[in-house]
Amino acid sequence: MNAATTRFGIWMLSVPLAIAVIGLGLQGLAAADSSLFFTWGYFLEVLIAGLLQGVLYSLVALGFVLIFKASGIFNFAQGSMVLFAALTMVGFIEMGLHWTLAFVVAAAVMVVVAVVVEKVVLRPLVNQPHIILFMATIGIFYFLDGFGQTLWGSDVKVLDIGIPKDPLFILDGIFEGGILVNAFDLVAALVGAALVAALAVFFQYTRIGRALRAVADDHQAALSVGIPLKTIWAIVWSVAGIVALVAGIMWGSKAGVQFSLALIALKALPVLILGGFTSIPGAIVGGLIIGAGEQVAEVFLGPLVGGAIQDWFAYMLALVFLLFRPQGLFGERIIERI
Amino acid sequence: MLYREAGQFKTSYGADQSIFPIRQDRIALLLFGLVAVFAVPAFASNYFLETIFVPFLVFALAAIGLNILTGYCGQLSLGTGGFMACGAFFSYKLAIAFPELHVVIVFLLAGLGTAGVGVLFGLPSLRIKGFYLAVATLAAQFFLVWMFNKFGWWTNYSPSGVISAPPRDVLPGFAVTGSSGDPAIKYLFLLVFVTLLALVAKNLVRSRIGRSWMAIRDMDIAAEIIGIRPLWAKLSAFAVSSFYIGIAGALWAFVYTGSVEALAFQIDRSFQVLFMVIIGGLGSILGSFLGAAFIVLLPILLNSAPAALGLPIKVETVSHLEFMIFGGLIIFFLIVEPHGLARLWQIAKEKLRLWPFPY
Repeated sequence: MNAATTRFGIWMLSVPLAIAVIGLGLQGLAAADSSLFFTWGYFLEVLIAGLLQGVLYSLVALGFVLIFKASGIFNFAQGSMVLFAALTMVGFIEMGLHWTLAFVVAAAVMVVVAVVVEKVVLRPLVNQPHIILFMATIGIFYFLDGFGQTLWGSDVKVLDIGIPKDPLFILDGIFEGGILVNAFDLVAALVGAALVAALAVFFQYTRIGRALRAVADDHQAALSVGIPLKTIWAIVWSVAGIVALVAGIMWGSKAGVQFSLALIALKALPVLILGGFTSIPGAIVGGLIIGAGEQVAEVFLGPLVGGAIQDWFAYMLALVFLLFRPQGLFGERIIERI
Repeated sequence: MLYREAGQFKTSYGADQSIFPIRQDRIALLLFGLVAVFAVPAFASNYFLETIFVPFLVFALAAIGLNILTGYCGQLSLGTGGFMACGAFFSYKLAIAFPELHVVIVFLLAGLGTAGVGVLFGLPSLRIKGFYLAVATLAAQFFLVWMFNKFGWWTNYSPSGVISAPPRDVLPGFAVTGSSGDPAIKYLFLLVFVTLLALVAKNLVRSRIGRSWMAIRDMDIAAEIIGIRPLWAKLSAFAVSSFYIGIAGALWAFVYTGSVEALAFQIDRSFQVLFMVIIGGLGSILGSFLGAAFIVLLPILLNSAPAALGLPIKVETVSHLEFMIFGGLIIFFLIVEPHGLARLWQIAKEKLRLWPFPY
């Protein structure tokens, strides 16, 4: 048995164990405090809803990780890229294009955005400290926000590409009334999985993917074997743009395309902390943990303090987590004394 | 021609260490001070005082606070809005609970309370840095705003969640808080208060503690080796920075707007102050003022520009265009001069010393 399967085995064991422990703890709390309500069926329902929500966080976090790995830039504009992509797609659908065609056109627009960003913003700022590049991406954030809304207007838009939204009941033999699962969330999870698989294949088996991994490993070594860094950056930003488009479609058809989409990017930050800034599996697992954690906390612990703890629970979770494992679950361990 | 330091000899250590060692600088500063104290309140209308000068001074103080943490100690923070909210609500509770307490003391105490909160949220900085720390400070931002919004105790159970500053005098007969204050009095009070605090900050960053912050910023391991304790340096930076930001928040609630709710200190506020620090110049007290002026003036200019040019643009589009121009300008500034307006000012002064000769 090699190390990978051992690790997989540990995960398969520890995840249900952790869920059971949290469930038991909440059950104990509910027994002690009458204002809380707990049944295992409901707990699982909330957990699953949270996990599926987490998939959407992961989709946004993925875009961050791609750019951070390839260029070391913490791209704050990912959220506004999500909004911009979704707005563009809706705009083209409203012009009468079929949604598949609109998707292709919107993807092309995101590639153009990526190339422009590389040319106008990144190239002049090569070799600047990371904080300066980070600030520049905040500039991009504002610019894209304003640009998208100037072009397409700021009304809440409906994006419907025919994803079923019916509630499903599963496992009604075991729990009374069954567990409610939203079909839409399931589709979103499947799309997310497909996207990750596609990215994995792209990174693993194509020439460009190999170059991308080389750049992620070591900029200078990649340059010295003749990999064009600037082209790679443009490609990475394009890929991140297309990931943003997929995330935008999912969020947009769930909650409508509106300005608040840009702010979900902030929720992706604790996801990154949990998963590690440099790991694609980390983004997925982190998203799932944050999604499930905040739903469970909101429903079962929220009543204790008056609710709406969703706003900050993810950050607090990340903060506590950082104290014990600063590099995240899967991040590269940077040995550095502070 | 006029800007020469030849012939100005320093004969004492005090003169050598002065903040403005060049005589022309001191004269210019004196003139500037005279204009700020006498000319501005005399000639500026109440509207200008309230929409430009008062917020400028409040923001400048917040920018100084963030600059101490981010510019001098190198710890990136996105929690400024949360700390400002702390200052605002602490001072509100203090002012209501102790009506006889002088308003300046209320502000300082609120600042001290915020410093405590800042140290608490600064603890992760002992383990992490860079972007990880930035995200950790987001926890402070969201948690604090949620807390002030959620618990009625902070607003004395006001149904709308809005706090209104109680009327207070800075000197007998000179009201500075809320709507009861005269804008000119408010402006003069802020001018004196902020100038004093800026002077303290300037001296702090020139002293032993400020040098230890800068050593940590430049290279933490080297700083540790030469005997600077990272724990003290980082946490003291968090404390002092939060102290300033807390006072800025208190001034925001009491002097600038008069009534405020927790949602006024959302993440946008944090970014606004961060922009001031970056555009003004990281690691510069003067830069904090320049950045604050820039960010306060820019939206006003952008808003009035279409009307002045006679272009018929919808209000909504203007706000979107404002976003675009804002983002574009930030990128432009970062590309042209990543060290901010303070650096441009420094370059200009160096050029001026040689003018009209090339070298």
